[in-house]
Amino acid sequence: MSRIANAFNNKKAFIAFLTAGDPDYETSLENFKAVIEAGADLIEVGIPFSDPIAEGPVIQEADIRALVSGMTTDRVFGLVHDIRKEYDIPIVFMTYANPVYHYGADKFFKNAADAGADGIIIPDCPYEERGEFEETAAKYGIDFISMIAPTSEDRIKTIASQAKGFIYVVSSLGVTGVRSEITTDLDSIIKLIKESSDTPAAIGFGISTPEQAAVMSKKADGVIVGSAMVRIVAQYGKEAPAKLSEYVKSMTKGL
Amino acid sequence: MREVLENAVKGRFGEFGGQYIPETLMNEIHKLEAAYEHYKNDPEFCAELDKLNREYAGRPSLLYYAEKMTRNLGGAKIYLKREDLNHTGSHKINNVLGQVLLAKKMGKTRVIAETGAGQHGVATATAAALMDMECEIFMGEEDTIRQSLNVYRMELLGAKVHAVKTGTKVLKDAVNEAMREWTGRVDDTLYVLGSVMGPHPFPTIVRDFQSVISKESRAQILEAEGKLPDVVIACVGGGSNAIGSFYEYIKDEGVQLIGCEAAGLGVDNPKNAATMANGSMGIFHGMKSLFCQDEYGQIAPVYSISAGLDYPGIGPEHAYLASIGRAKYVPITDEEAVSAFEYLSKTEGIIPAIESSHAVAHVMKIAPKMPKDSIIVCTISGRGDKDVAAIARYRGVEIYE
Repeated sequence: MSRIANAFNNKKAFIAFLTAGDPDYETSLENFKAVIEAGADLIEVGIPFSDPIAEGPVIQEADIRALVSGMTTDRVFGLVHDIRKEYDIPIVFMTYANPVYHYGADKFFKNAADAGADGIIIPDCPYEERGEFEETAAKYGIDFISMIAPTSEDRIKTIASQAKGFIYVVSSLGVTGVRSEITTDLDSIIKLIKESSDTPAAIGFGISTPEQAAVMSKKADGVIVGSAMVRIVAQYGKEAPAKLSEYVKSMTKGL
Repeated sequence: MREVLENAVKGRFGEFGGQYIPETLMNEIHKLEAAYEHYKNDPEFCAELDKLNREYAGRPSLLYYAEKMTRNLGGAKIYLKREDLNHTGSHKINNVLGQVLLAKKMGKTRVIAETGAGQHGVATATAAALMDMECEIFMGEEDTIRQSLNVYRMELLGAKVHAVKTGTKVLKDAVNEAMREWTGRVDDTLYVLGSVMGPHPFPTIVRDFQSVISKESRAQILEAEGKLPDVVIACVGGGSNAIGSFYEYIKDEGVQLIGCEAAGLGVDNPKNAATMANGSMGIFHGMKSLFCQDEYGQIAPVYSISAGLDYPGIGPEHAYLASIGRAKYVPITDEEAVSAFEYLSKTEGIIPAIESSHAVAHVMKIAPKMPKDSIIVCTISGRGDKDVAAIARYRGVEIYE
């Protein structure tokens, strides 16, 4: 069983996103370790990008902090390598098409695999353009993870039937960020996914409270939390690892 | 739908173009494509747009023989395609009348747009006012300061203007924010993109609506001179007035096509926006094209005195035309553009937009070396009233708007 599949094996997965290098390399590494120790089942490592068009202000600012601290794609690979030395947890990159494309897809996925990554999410690379990266990623054993949105409708079955790793179900319209309520009819979306795929589906965008996590985890195979965690990093700086640990424990309790 | 999904290679110009946008927008972009394919051949839509172009925008725009400039430079005959005389003062109206009419036909009630100098924002707000659409404009905070008059103008037209405070606070950040806004509200809203950029079908839609420039100029020059021009020149940021100026001539291989991009303080100075000179292949803002970026693919901050050319990328069809050698692109510095701004004002009594002045600057370079029976058609994409205060400051004169 792959590391990603294992994260969903007989349990609801808690997927934790942090931007790599936010606010600096060392703190970021400690943050990831704290999150893993606290019980995250899969980590999403954000490779910072200058113009992240799918992100709300919280993660946009994290990307800027990371870039200002001198984070580069090569240093993100280093960070993942450092995490992999100690943990067998599945690791998935989250970044944009340009950092991968400009680095050179082949070199990118080779280095990603060498560092110990298992998958990648590229929000500005939809199904139609997956040919840009999917095969190259697969060549190095990296799953190219598909997204399904509230507007996907008749696209859901096609996307789900060819999905690898897990399916990222976008809970709401708009960009990433904490939301007080999620009104999308996720049950219908998940039902359509399940009709055409055995690939686990996790819901992300807007989830921040243990109550939301509990509700969402009943609908799907896992929940993805990003902005709420990044906000803790922004607020507590060097003290973030302990706070993140507390937060992850509170979130996983209700799953 | 499955078939549509499988036919992935659409909206490409050679290897450039594509649809690199979030899944949330994909169904909407397919709907837009289907609507456009339908309405572009719909006689009623075409008649309505034609009427708007003639009776509202003031088309056709003049092709003006710049006799004094021709005599003064002493070479090629110079014709100016006067897009500055359009309603709202630039070529941007050509695109927005088409797109807002299309939005209306699609049942949308709200349009959003990015703007740099404010010309596209003003044009969009104008078309929205005319066609009873709600309108919100995203403009980099720095540009709202550089072009404060245009902010008020948009508000006067009933639009809401958002000053974008993220990133470098200029045009690219305004595009980011408009895209983010669109992913949050697609059902009643069309993103009226202002240039031949972004995901397919935008580069094609905008090019088609802007190609009225070359459709007219080609007929006008044949009427005036009985032959085609030797050179067609236009300024390039994203590239909408340039592609509109070039399009009908692409098949005329004897006509040289030249785009003038903003070199800011110089192509070797970090403060420039010369994508063709300094850019490399990338994927950004929905398209594969050339971008100014660093070794890790982070988009570079760019600079130009012209807010309308201050963009780190270029439309995919331009990247393609350059790659096959059909068009060539030259960098023009701030100083050259400002000198051309002053030159055309004094010589012909025409104050061109600082964007258009980049094209005029190249005419000034090449016209003297060309034979007297040769012809240049240069597009004046907009009028320069909006730039007067900034140019005064550039020359060290403080005036109050």
